[in-house]
Amino acid sequence: MAEYIIKNGFVVDPTQGINCEKMDVAVKDGKIVDASEVMGAKVIDASGKLVMAGAVDVHSHSAGPKVNVGRNLRPEEKLNCYNPAKGAKRMEAGFSVPTAISSGYIFSRMGYGFAMEAAMPPLYARHTHEEMRDTPIVDEAALPVFGNNWFVMEYLKNNEIENTASYISWLLKVTKGYGIKCVNPGGSEAWGWGMNCLTIDDPVPFFDVTPKQIITGLIEANEYLRLPHSMHLHTNSLGEPGNYQITIDSLKCAEGIKADNDFGREQVLHHTHLQFHSYGGDSYSSKSFESRSKEVMDYFNSTDNLTFDIGQVTLDETTTMTADGPFEYHLSHMNNLKWVNKDVELETCAGVVPFIYNPNSFIGVAQWAIGLELALQCKDMTKCYLTSDAPNAGPLCRYPRVMKWLMSLKSRDEILDACKYGESVRRQCYIGEFDRELTLYELAQMNRQGAARMLGLSNMFGSLKPGMEGDVVVYPLNPESDLDDGEKIEHAFGNAEYFIKKGELIINDSEIISNGSKRTFWVNAGKELTPQVERDVSERFKKYYTVTRNNYEVKEHHYVPNEYMIEVNAA
Amino acid sequence: MTKLITDVVCPFCGTLCDDLEVVVSDDGKELLEVNNACAIGAEKFLHSQAKDRLTRPRMRNEDGSWREVSYDEAAEFTAQMLAKSKKPLMYGWSSTNCESQVVGSHVAELVGGQLDNTATVCHGSTLIAVQDVGVPSCTLGEIKNRADMVVFWGCNPAHAHPRHMSRYSLFPRGFFTAKGHRGRTAVVVDPRPTDSANLADIYLPVEQGRDYELLSALRVAFRNEQLPDVVAGISKEKIYEVAEKMKNARFGCIFFGMGVTHSLSNNHNIDIAIQVTRDLNEFTKWSIMPMRGHYNVTGAGEVWGWQFGFPFCVDLSRGFARYNPGESSSNDLLMREEIDSVFVLGSDPGAHFPFSSVKKMNALPCVVVDPHITPSTVVADLHVPVAFVGVEVGGCAYRMDSVPIESHKVVDAPEGMLTDEEFLKLVLARVKEIKGV
Ligand code: SF4
Repeated sequence: MAEYIIKNGFVVDPTQGINCEKMDVAVKDGKIVDASEVMGAKVIDASGKLVMAGAVDVHSHSAGPKVNVGRNLRPEEKLNCYNPAKGAKRMEAGFSVPTAISSGYIFSRMGYGFAMEAAMPPLYARHTHEEMRDTPIVDEAALPVFGNNWFVMEYLKNNEIENTASYISWLLKVTKGYGIKCVNPGGSEAWGWGMNCLTIDDPVPFFDVTPKQIITGLIEANEYLRLPHSMHLHTNSLGEPGNYQITIDSLKCAEGIKADNDFGREQVLHHTHLQFHSYGGDSYSSKSFESRSKEVMDYFNSTDNLTFDIGQVTLDETTTMTADGPFEYHLSHMNNLKWVNKDVELETCAGVVPFIYNPNSFIGVAQWAIGLELALQCKDMTKCYLTSDAPNAGPLCRYPRVMKWLMSLKSRDEILDACKYGESVRRQCYIGEFDRELTLYELAQMNRQGAARMLGLSNMFGSLKPGMEGDVVVYPLNPESDLDDGEKIEHAFGNAEYFIKKGELIINDSEIISNGSKRTFWVNAGKELTPQVERDVSERFKKYYTVTRNNYEVKEHHYVPNEYMIEVNAA
Repeated sequence: MTKLITDVVCPFCGTLCDDLEVVVSDDGKELLEVNNACAIGAEKFLHSQAKDRLTRPRMRNEDGSWREVSYDEAAEFTAQMLAKSKKPLMYGWSSTNCESQVVGSHVAELVGGQLDNTATVCHGSTLIAVQDVGVPSCTLGEIKNRADMVVFWGCNPAHAHPRHMSRYSLFPRGFFTAKGHRGRTAVVVDPRPTDSANLADIYLPVEQGRDYELLSALRVAFRNEQLPDVVAGISKEKIYEVAEKMKNARFGCIFFGMGVTHSLSNNHNIDIAIQVTRDLNEFTKWSIMPMRGHYNVTGAGEVWGWQFGFPFCVDLSRGFARYNPGESSSNDLLMREEIDSVFVLGSDPGAHFPFSSVKKMNALPCVVVDPHITPSTVVADLHVPVAFVGVEVGGCAYRMDSVPIESHKVVDAPEGMLTDEEFLKLVLARVKEIKGV
């Protein structure tokens, strides 16, 4: 394997307290090594450029059934958004829902080495893995959804944590999943009858369990299994004016629970796309709707066992997709565009609706402001991550634009000054109060150090310490001269000049020259099925599923050809 | 001693039953019995046992006779033909696994192929309608566990998907449906009194080609507006009655087939059928689902979705993917004589395309990959027999509700035969050499 030395760049690596120091970074045999350890390595001249570890995306949707529905649903997206094949690089297409092949390239150009597919319906695990397998370069994993699963709801109704954990361990194994995702707890099952659960105390129809019991129980089961990642939650009432109290109520479910794992993870609950859950007011009208990010962040900053990602709205036309089926139905009534719904037996549901976050509307810009506010109020940037819940609040390729907004007050003001409702957004949100501009160091805390740690992957990713994965990126950004230019920031973070992934040169001189050797990560929690769960699983497959139990399991050989299994030992 | 293999997946229709049991000889070479399958499914398995099966590729001589060639020669001919063509049509893909579809997609990308699957002549109009209005749907288990009303519109599952009604839609008992078919109301809409219609609680003999009117009438009835006395041959009383039942169902599903996709109005029929479903969700919970035919036609659309962004009619000739049914669809391409060679795998256009299209195929260099001798192989210059997918080799397939299921190998293919995937990999390697990538 080739050796590389990246010379003279401005290195930013908070795991070592390195903040824009000029130094060399070396890669050998797929790992970071001390610069003295390479001889005759290929030299990459990074003078005047920024060098960072590969970034980690904690929450986006780029593989799986609803993503593919989004692609096939929207031929119009490909009309002006394609990129022909060139050399090793294959054809690309799509904007908000790029093809799998294109997703891998977008991640690479942004310098991302690992990405989490944030919602995998277990019955469709095979599909998710087929897409991840065909997504080049970037290492991936997927979180199966549990919050509306019939087994889980039955066990948690009676507070049976051991049975819940036993079932989860089994499901992670058969679906090759990474951790516990919970979307609209109870609400997606209620949607099977066209209903919903709006607060954490609304009982799930016929199951006699509340979202609160589901959230608390899943957190406990997660710690019981000592998984690398924590419970990963999308709370009830996403997108509803006035929902911030439900968000805080949900976060409170984690009170008093301590993380238990061998992976360096400190949080027991990750709240995803928090922006959609920090609203005040009682309607979407510009007179009523307001930001409650301060209240949410006040609570958040006072805790030490929570993390969140922002779910930044990027003011684009995009394609929304979520296992929150009732929300997508609701959304389809707001814009009357095409609507896809898909309910999945015993497990979950999903919806897909195209959406335009209109910079000329009050609500679009208010949502944009609230996402940024969350990050700008966060005290510990290793607990806050940059996401756009791609493609829900905005396409994946817009991450660099979000970085620009976080790092440049001027760029934020430009938006508020240019749009029609800028003043009312300043009035009804907190955005105008903050002149904070995130630094490169804080950015690296978010998307590298913190993101890797919260996923339980800090021993591999997010750092340039010797021994870490050989994921290094060189951005065309000079920290000494370019940081006051928002456009330069945005361009740099979307156009890596060099990207080394697992020791292999993927982007050379801004061109993709290899499809890498991507891996799929999954977690083997190793807990045997309890007799009760064994009996339930075998009975329910016979009676209620439409595939047999033996045909449910995703076999590694084809779907996960390049697997990276993480073994866990429950206490 | 014989061996019993359980949980076998049937590779025939989009119902993709996965509970078959197959008895094979001790040495795993002979398939003796197939249990649980319907007659057509069982026949698919037993057919692989034909003693007079072709086991080697054959090339057509000048005089029309055939000569046996090796798989390497066959791959060389195929690769040369595709690489030399400006616009090769690469059609079929519905009766093979996703693994082969993935390799085939890569070949097509390198040669600028016109990728199309059998949706082009069946549910293509459904795919277009979904692009227009979306689709509220679900997995088949949702019907089994929740549905108290099902509508079969322009389809005849009793014959085309024989186990559909017993496994998923009409008869089974599920979690919330303990009474099975006694708890379900079945409606059949079809001009012909089919065997499925015989099982229905309500049969609506719609006039041929008048589906759009009847669907519109239902939307009118949902809103309690006035209808003419008769619409599409059905009395208004009947329409109001059915509309009321649909609104009052707890969970319902409309299954539709080629009677709607291929009668007058095509995709517009599906547009409005989806709108009917959307309307019903204002009152209660409803889904709609196409009755896909080939066992993995859905998979072809999924694979191309994640590879190119389009489910069928994918034109790769410009170096990026374009999609325009009517222009980039197989029959249109053939009729306009834009195609300079034809590659067929996993379907039989010779039997299903208009005769005028088949004549065009006959005039072009043509390779057909198929375990059987078919009307398509009759017009081929090279016929490559391969192992039966789902019988002699496993692989992923997508059921009509897009649930992916892995089919299994149950017997060995005859000695020395390649699978679709293996043959395509040979072609891919050779195309890469020719193209220098
Ligand atoms: S219904 Fe279809 S899948 Fe099921 S056994 Fe018959 S042919 Fe096979």
